[in-house]
Amino acid sequence: MSVDWSWIGDHTDELTSLTVSHLQAALSAVFFGVLISLPLAVIAHRIRPLRGLLLGISNVLFTIPSIAIFVLLLPVSGLTRTTTVIGLTIYTLVVLLRNTVEGLDSVPAKTKEAAKAMGTRPLRTLLTVEFPLALPVIMAGVRIATVMSISLVSVATYIGDGGLGQLFTDGFQRNFPTPVIVGVVLTILLAVVADALLVALQYVLTPWRRRRT
Amino acid sequence: MYELFKNLADWLTSGASWSGSDGIAHRLAEHLQYSLLATLIAAAIGLPIGLLIGHTGKGAFVAINLSSFGRALPTVGLVVLVFLAGGLSMLPVYVALVALAVPAIVTNTYAGMTAVDPDVRDAARGQGMRGHQVLFQVELPLALPLIMTGLRLALIQVVATATIAAYVSFGGLGRYVFDGLAQRDLVQVLGGAVLVAVVAIALDLLLSGLQRLLFRHRTA
Repeated sequence: MSVDWSWIGDHTDELTSLTVSHLQAALSAVFFGVLISLPLAVIAHRIRPLRGLLLGISNVLFTIPSIAIFVLLLPVSGLTRTTTVIGLTIYTLVVLLRNTVEGLDSVPAKTKEAAKAMGTRPLRTLLTVEFPLALPVIMAGVRIATVMSISLVSVATYIGDGGLGQLFTDGFQRNFPTPVIVGVVLTILLAVVADALLVALQYVLTPWRRRRT
Repeated sequence: MYELFKNLADWLTSGASWSGSDGIAHRLAEHLQYSLLATLIAAAIGLPIGLLIGHTGKGAFVAINLSSFGRALPTVGLVVLVFLAGGLSMLPVYVALVALAVPAIVTNTYAGMTAVDPDVRDAARGQGMRGHQVLFQVELPLALPLIMTGLRLALIQVVATATIAAYVSFGGLGRYVFDGLAQRDLVQVLGGAVLVAVVAIALDLLLSGLQRLLFRHRTA
């Protein structure tokens, strides 16, 4: 199994556009995932009875095989980018929701009591005390969700989208490994770069954690 | 929509679809076999790595990056690649499933280990405990809830992804999804998806029940 380098040279334009479309699908999913999971996590954290329900629902959605989710969405949104993004967003929810709830749980009760004693209102406590302290755990979730989405986009190749995933079906059908190898390498590269950027972002956002080793 | 659910219920409850080598019972056993074996192999690889890194504090950077590297591996691409390289066998499927499960286990084990209060660790050391005693009697028990979470997450992912075995012509519940797709038989696709989801949820409930039983003495 050897790489046909000339194929890569001949297809740089196609590879670039596939990479861009791949990244766009994954990042949209994470964006919508965060947008949906933050308020849900606060609800799950504050209202105990809803917690099991919300985490349970996101768990159930997560267990549906991704291929099946894309197929199930076809009657709703058809063979479009929307289907890909909705499917991926559903997958990000379980990680984002669980981590955000766990992050909020990890905030020491004494810290919250101190904020309350100082007269800080609940919303302000949430935004200036709880979220910052929960940030490392939340960011861990965002990192997992981002990397997972980037790797999952390729499954959407079965519904005609899938960014770099199109290279896999192409290689599989023609029994030609080069596109598959290129697709795998580019996907990993995208994920590693995105992950490194998120680590850097977390470092910038949580200056108080740097003093501890 | 009602028609679809009725057909789905019929398919799931009829004796004919459960029996035989193409029946649900057999496919279910295959699916469980793939998933459990892959998760066990992944745990055998991921747990020692996570524990070692968490305990020594060395190699964290490498491990975390390796695990995001592993998580980034596109399963479809990996299966196709190993398939093209090694031909038709279960190997591509196991390679892909293990590669999928190891990162979740390593990162959660490591996270559990780093969440152990440094004061507790120091206290154990100060009492004269040796490295392995600190690891097995102090750190491991304290990290266990997060380690279990990692194993659960890995297992769910593996169960959902084991459908891919059918893509390279093997069994498991994925057969219904891929055959249904090929035959434009939505009931079969849905049935396969529902069964996979039910298996994953049942295993998750089982493990979380176990977890609750093991840690019932701990205050949240």
